[in-house]
Amino acid sequence: MGRATTGEDLQDNKDTAFTWEVKANNAAYHQQFREKGFLCWRRRKYQTNGIHTAKYSIFSFLPLNLYEQFHRVSNLYFLLIVILQSIPEISTLPWITLFIPLLCLLLIRATRDLVDDIGRHRSDRIINNRPCQMLIGKSFKWRKWKDLCVGDVVCLTRDSIVPADLLLLASTEPSSLCYVETADIDGETSLKFRQALAVTHYELISAKTMAAFNGTVICEDPNSRMHQFVGSLEWKSKTYALDIGNLLLRGSKIRNTDACYGLVIYAGFDTKIMKNCGDIHLKRTKIDLFMNKLVVLIFLSTVVVSLLLSLGFWLQGREMKDKHHYVSISHGKGLFVESILIFWAFFILLSVMVPMAMFIISEFIYLGNSAFINWDLQMYYEPHDVPAKARSTSLNDYLGQVQYVFSDKTGTLTQNVMSFKKCCIGGRVYGPDNEDGTCPKENPYQWNEFADGKLSFFNEELLGIVRNKRDKVVQEFWRLLAICHTVMVQEKDNQLLYQAASPDEEALVTAARNFGYVFLSRTQNSITLVELGEERVYEVLALMDFNSDRKRMSVLVRTPEGSICLYTKGADTVIFERLYKRGVMEANTEKILSAFTEQTLRTLCLAYKEVEEHTYQQWQPRHEAASVQLQDRARALQQVYSDMEQGLQLLGVTAIEDKLQDGVPDTISSLKKGNMKVWVLTGDKQETAVNIGFACQLLTDNMLILEARDVNIILDSYGEQNKMVQTPKRSLRFQLQNEVAMVISGEFLDHLLVSLRKEPRAVIQSEVEDKAWQEMSAIRRFSMMWWSLGTSLSTRGSKGKRKQESPEARRERAFVELASRCQAVICCRVTPKQKALIVALVKKYQKAVTLAIGDGANDVNMIKSGWLGVGRGGADPRGPRSRSALPTAADIGVGLAGQEGMQAVQNSDYALGQFCFLQRLLLVHGRWSYLRICKFLRYFFYKTVASLVGQIWFAFYSGFSAQPLYEGWFLALFNLLYSTVPVLYIGLFEQDVSDAQSLKMPELYMAGQKNELFNYWVFSKAIAQGLFTSLVTFFLSMWIIRDTAGPNSLGDYQSFAVVVALSSLLSITIEVMLVVKYWTLLFLGTVLFSLGSYFILTYATQSLWAYRLVPKTFPFLYVLHNVLSKAPFLLVVLLNIAVNTLPILALRIFRHVLKKPRFREEVEAAPSEVSEEPLPQLRRESRIRRSSYAFSHREGYGNLITQGTSLRRPRGDNSDTNVPSGFLPDEVEEALPSTPREPRKISFLTARWPGQAVPGQLVVVC
Amino acid sequence: MTWSAAARGLHQPDNTAFTQQRLPAWQPLLSAGIALPLFFCAGLAFLGLGLGLYYSSNAIQELEHDYTGDAGAGSCAACAAQGQGRAPPPPCSCAWHFTLPELFPGPVYLYYELTGFYQNNRRYGVSRDDAQLSGLPGALRRPANECAPYQFSGGLPVAPCGAVANSLFNDTFSLWHQRRPGAPYVEVPLDRAAIAWWTDYHVKFRNPPLVNGSLALAFRGTAPPPNWRRPVYELSPDPNNTGFVNQDFVVWMRTAALPTFRKLYARIRQGNYSAGLPSGAYRVDIAYNYPVRAFGGHKLLVFSNISWMGGKNPFLGIAYLVVGSLCIVVGFVMLAVYIRFQDQDDDDNDDE
Repeated sequence: MGRATTGEDLQDNKDTAFTWEVKANNAAYHQQFREKGFLCWRRRKYQTNGIHTAKYSIFSFLPLNLYEQFHRVSNLYFLLIVILQSIPEISTLPWITLFIPLLCLLLIRATRDLVDDIGRHRSDRIINNRPCQMLIGKSFKWRKWKDLCVGDVVCLTRDSIVPADLLLLASTEPSSLCYVETADIDGETSLKFRQALAVTHYELISAKTMAAFNGTVICEDPNSRMHQFVGSLEWKSKTYALDIGNLLLRGSKIRNTDACYGLVIYAGFDTKIMKNCGDIHLKRTKIDLFMNKLVVLIFLSTVVVSLLLSLGFWLQGREMKDKHHYVSISHGKGLFVESILIFWAFFILLSVMVPMAMFIISEFIYLGNSAFINWDLQMYYEPHDVPAKARSTSLNDYLGQVQYVFSDKTGTLTQNVMSFKKCCIGGRVYGPDNEDGTCPKENPYQWNEFADGKLSFFNEELLGIVRNKRDKVVQEFWRLLAICHTVMVQEKDNQLLYQAASPDEEALVTAARNFGYVFLSRTQNSITLVELGEERVYEVLALMDFNSDRKRMSVLVRTPEGSICLYTKGADTVIFERLYKRGVMEANTEKILSAFTEQTLRTLCLAYKEVEEHTYQQWQPRHEAASVQLQDRARALQQVYSDMEQGLQLLGVTAIEDKLQDGVPDTISSLKKGNMKVWVLTGDKQETAVNIGFACQLLTDNMLILEARDVNIILDSYGEQNKMVQTPKRSLRFQLQNEVAMVISGEFLDHLLVSLRKEPRAVIQSEVEDKAWQEMSAIRRFSMMWWSLGTSLSTRGSKGKRKQESPEARRERAFVELASRCQAVICCRVTPKQKALIVALVKKYQKAVTLAIGDGANDVNMIKSGWLGVGRGGADPRGPRSRSALPTAADIGVGLAGQEGMQAVQNSDYALGQFCFLQRLLLVHGRWSYLRICKFLRYFFYKTVASLVGQIWFAFYSGFSAQPLYEGWFLALFNLLYSTVPVLYIGLFEQDVSDAQSLKMPELYMAGQKNELFNYWVFSKAIAQGLFTSLVTFFLSMWIIRDTAGPNSLGDYQSFAVVVALSSLLSITIEVMLVVKYWTLLFLGTVLFSLGSYFILTYATQSLWAYRLVPKTFPFLYVLHNVLSKAPFLLVVLLNIAVNTLPILALRIFRHVLKKPRFREEVEAAPSEVSEEPLPQLRRESRIRRSSYAFSHREGYGNLITQGTSLRRPRGDNSDTNVPSGFLPDEVEEALPSTPREPRKISFLTARWPGQAVPGQLVVVC
Repeated sequence: MTWSAAARGLHQPDNTAFTQQRLPAWQPLLSAGIALPLFFCAGLAFLGLGLGLYYSSNAIQELEHDYTGDAGAGSCAACAAQGQGRAPPPPCSCAWHFTLPELFPGPVYLYYELTGFYQNNRRYGVSRDDAQLSGLPGALRRPANECAPYQFSGGLPVAPCGAVANSLFNDTFSLWHQRRPGAPYVEVPLDRAAIAWWTDYHVKFRNPPLVNGSLALAFRGTAPPPNWRRPVYELSPDPNNTGFVNQDFVVWMRTAALPTFRKLYARIRQGNYSAGLPSGAYRVDIAYNYPVRAFGGHKLLVFSNISWMGGKNPFLGIAYLVVGSLCIVVGFVMLAVYIRFQDQDDDDNDDE
């Protein structure tokens, strides 16, 4: 049990220095501390509460932005070229040729950064200016969030958001409790409570005393551990221990607490939630990285070519220098120096080959595709007025390559709305009358003054039975629902307001309420109901907790009539074991239960029994004894409970629907068809998660579901096999034979990760102590090993290499391998950090593109997987190789604009209104984006090579003198204007198939996953085609003009340049027309525009006006005019185009025709061999029924109720024996709102705070 | 739901064909219906063009003579030997005799051809000042730096400056015709007026403004390029053909793309020779000034007539013929492939 926490504990002992000192109401004290910052600049140790996520300010924008932009190597390179160009000795191109594109690039980027940053400024400002009440002098005044400092005392009222990490000092609630909702932090919508120290709670009762408060908190330095806090409060020379139970975290919301007071411990970026946010770092897509690689490749080849050409010059130079007297090389320099100059001249000349414009255009393309996502009406969620939003504009093509989808459950797959759907009472099913969704014309619950309009379930027959009081079973059914729960009630505006630890309970109690069994109030030992108008008080004799072992909850009550009843609800398996008879009704119910589970409803069995007075009297002392037992109390209590819960009589079954969002099953099935693996990562408990898995068809009945135990067996067997150096492949082969799903828990993962962290040597030796860094470095190391062995568990790994791999690493590697072979993986009870870790694991081991979708702040980590960025600053002991071996964190995060706040959306790359839009986002927009960017790149490389490589050929005929083949203006504008717009069209509008077809055939998506559309092969084909075009264009033109003469001769350099340029331009334009599959008028427009711009601008730059202005800059006077006015030139151009286009066209047609039958064969061959050889240990009885009883796995209010700490209207006596011995009956006082002070510290509560507990220890309390 | 059809959310995207990516589009499929006619038509068209080009190119006559003066080759050998190793070479003249058995149909063009001459060398090509050549008085006195080392000569600005101008081709030719053997040689008029591009002659190259009506005065204070024997304003006695607008000069300044190039020297279209060169013996008197042997180049004289598509150019016609035939062949192959797989498609459809 203790193992699960070891991961955190390990770190705690080491890096927790208790140097954080907070003195209440002493701002001056905190300001004096300075920490060593950058250079001599010292920043304040204690930050204020303002957050500043924006990068630039007005003054820093220009220098910072330029600095950042020139961090990009490409920009630096072009800057270098521009500078080189200004040296006349080597200047081969006019300065405009590269300067204009560079300027455009910088401007566009700067504009985008500016817009982004303005958005960040705005959201920062909104957050920083939120109001809160702060103690100033001796009274509370409204101030802004950003004004808060460490040590300030803050007053928070109901529903306000906690501005910083606060130490709870006092609250208006009894027992100094304060209820918070942490939906924005961990995504759980259930209420939690925090408690102040008794001493502060009772002493600090007014603003005056608060102002005089001068305690000192000493605690650990700010860290990212959400569920841990260790510190102490020193006040009045006494020391009190503090833990996370005393802390209100920034971002949580105060609920059901009129007011509470807190002391700011961590502010601003020091708060836990901000520490958890991780670094903002640039995500880059595979294509983007690949593109950069190719650009580097091109750059290197230009360098090589320049070298070769200058070598050519060097070889020919002697002769040229000596003999060709007319060339004015003769002044002064040696041949070697000349060669070096020529190298640089070629370097400049060929720099136009490095496609700078590609960066500009790809930015536009990313931007445009993002805009299309934003504009898509079919991804607009009307009820909330939420359109889809691409928040990150550089990941679109990744959407077309996703292999893994990690999804949150609550709020993402489900609506997080539990609705009472059906029930079965005494073997009869009562479904909703309004199945088709129509509401009954008038409220059927009008007779009931307590009725809650939220309930959509309505069954007239059942209602009739209830109102007639005819059927005892029905009565007991509803009574049980009204009694047996841990819901708290509150009156607000004469309305009852239920607060439940889980939405399921609330749904059940609400249903009972509408059917006339209204839960009115509760005290520590009594429950008041209004049963069909009649108020009845039940004395609670015992409340038997829910936990995951017991899977049931019981309440033992004494009815007003004096008889004793036990009401039990729980999972079918445990309830049916405990029935006193198994008759027809029970059999019926079982059938119905199966039917319910088939419909993926969350079922709960209800049973009761009447307990004889003497039985109770015998049992009661045992219960008491067990509850005060010091050792092994839980087990003893369980035994006692279990003894009581025997011989039950079945009442019925409730069925609650965890409403899925619209279209979730469809979406998931089409994602699966698109070969995407869907993993559900949820903090919820296993049963619920599995149930949802079935509901959304992620799991199916014929799947083999592996659980943690099975996974362990497999991994163990794999490990053993490995030791014997067998082929590791065999052990995992069975995966392919069956549909396999995996259901694992956070505990299991922790186990895996513990082994990770325990991994000694390199990790421990490294000097950087940050925990996240260690986690990451471990992963890095393993991934390195992984890759050294190859990505598949092949036999390739040699023995020597295998020895280096620790058993843990092997295990982990095998785990990921195993998981990735599963059709579906469900991870339950995982913490936010684990979610991110899982994503990171998969990413590292599978090199796959992953997408995380979630709606709550608990998904933020997963969405950003930002923690990876933490390690970047640390020195990497293993050198750059391991770093380069890793892909940088590059997930797509999708946030749902859902109910759990906007945290997820704010950290996401894409924000959607509904889960089902994911289908369209991936299959349509993602696929298109990928297709577009790939086609764009392919064509762009083609056209760059096709039109600009001619310069190299020309060098052979111009004495290697780096004479440009083209006019400078053509080079400057070619990539910017003449050939740009059609390319842009490809990137923005190209569609190979329509959106409807994309959705219909998710299989098309696989091309992206396999990187089919753009890879080295495609790239080389594009380059080859480009070379072909350039060769044809140059040499055909050359051969033709070689023996022409006459007035129409195009033998002069300028005509030749224009003819070659025109031929290239037209050839690549024809090519783009062949490439584009989506011809619209717009496309025609772009073609006409680019050609038009060529002719117009060429005429303009070759006009007399321009020539008169600067003859040197516009030397090609009237050349195009002359070329076009002569037929032979046109014939040359036509020939060039024909030779360039027709062979390619013919090839394409042949491929197109020949591909069709081959494709069909592939499809026919697809059904793969299926053999039967499941591992024996995995065989198990088929799961007839899936119980997914409706409870939260978090601790509810059970303890609070039994201890009576939070109850305002206590009734009856205090004979509850469930109170631990420390709580003497006389301490359980009345706690009225007017006197909320209670002199008791409940150590019990704080000791067992769920966040701190091991997941396995989490006890479900009803 | 409170949303009626008319109510529109604040953030609702526009429903237009553009934003929803539903623009009306045509998908050009590479279907038989389009591809086959395309290839056949293109093939036929290119064949036709190719034939036309080929025959018109064949119809063109060309007469070529290398007068570089390699040892033992004609009278220019002496000139070549004389100029060997001397810069500038001394003036020398030689002649080329040839006989036309029949009429050389007009209009006849006279070219000179240089080989191995890198007019496309970058250093060479940039060594000029277009501003000066366009007649700007300021540029006349301050030649561009690119012209160095032919920027200043003896402290005076060089006009026209630069390597291109300095290396102006300065051989001159005159053509003599002997109708009958023994008859005196008659000089054939060479029309040297419109040999440059119209735009070059009329727009790009301009003389500086005359000073007192004199071009010489306009060029006062400048030096001719070192290799020139005459200043620029004395290139021709014709005032419309001297200075920067001298046609030979303009032709030369339009640098060639390749190391082997022809430049037009004159047209023969006047008087008796408007129909071409009649049969008989001819002599070309060559003023052999231009040294090419230093870099292994050759100087050629070419007589040629032209057709609608320019000078003799067999390659273009052949290329068209080849491309056209290939198109038709590919078309047939494509047809076969289509027929074959069309059948298969039908079979498959039947199976289904």
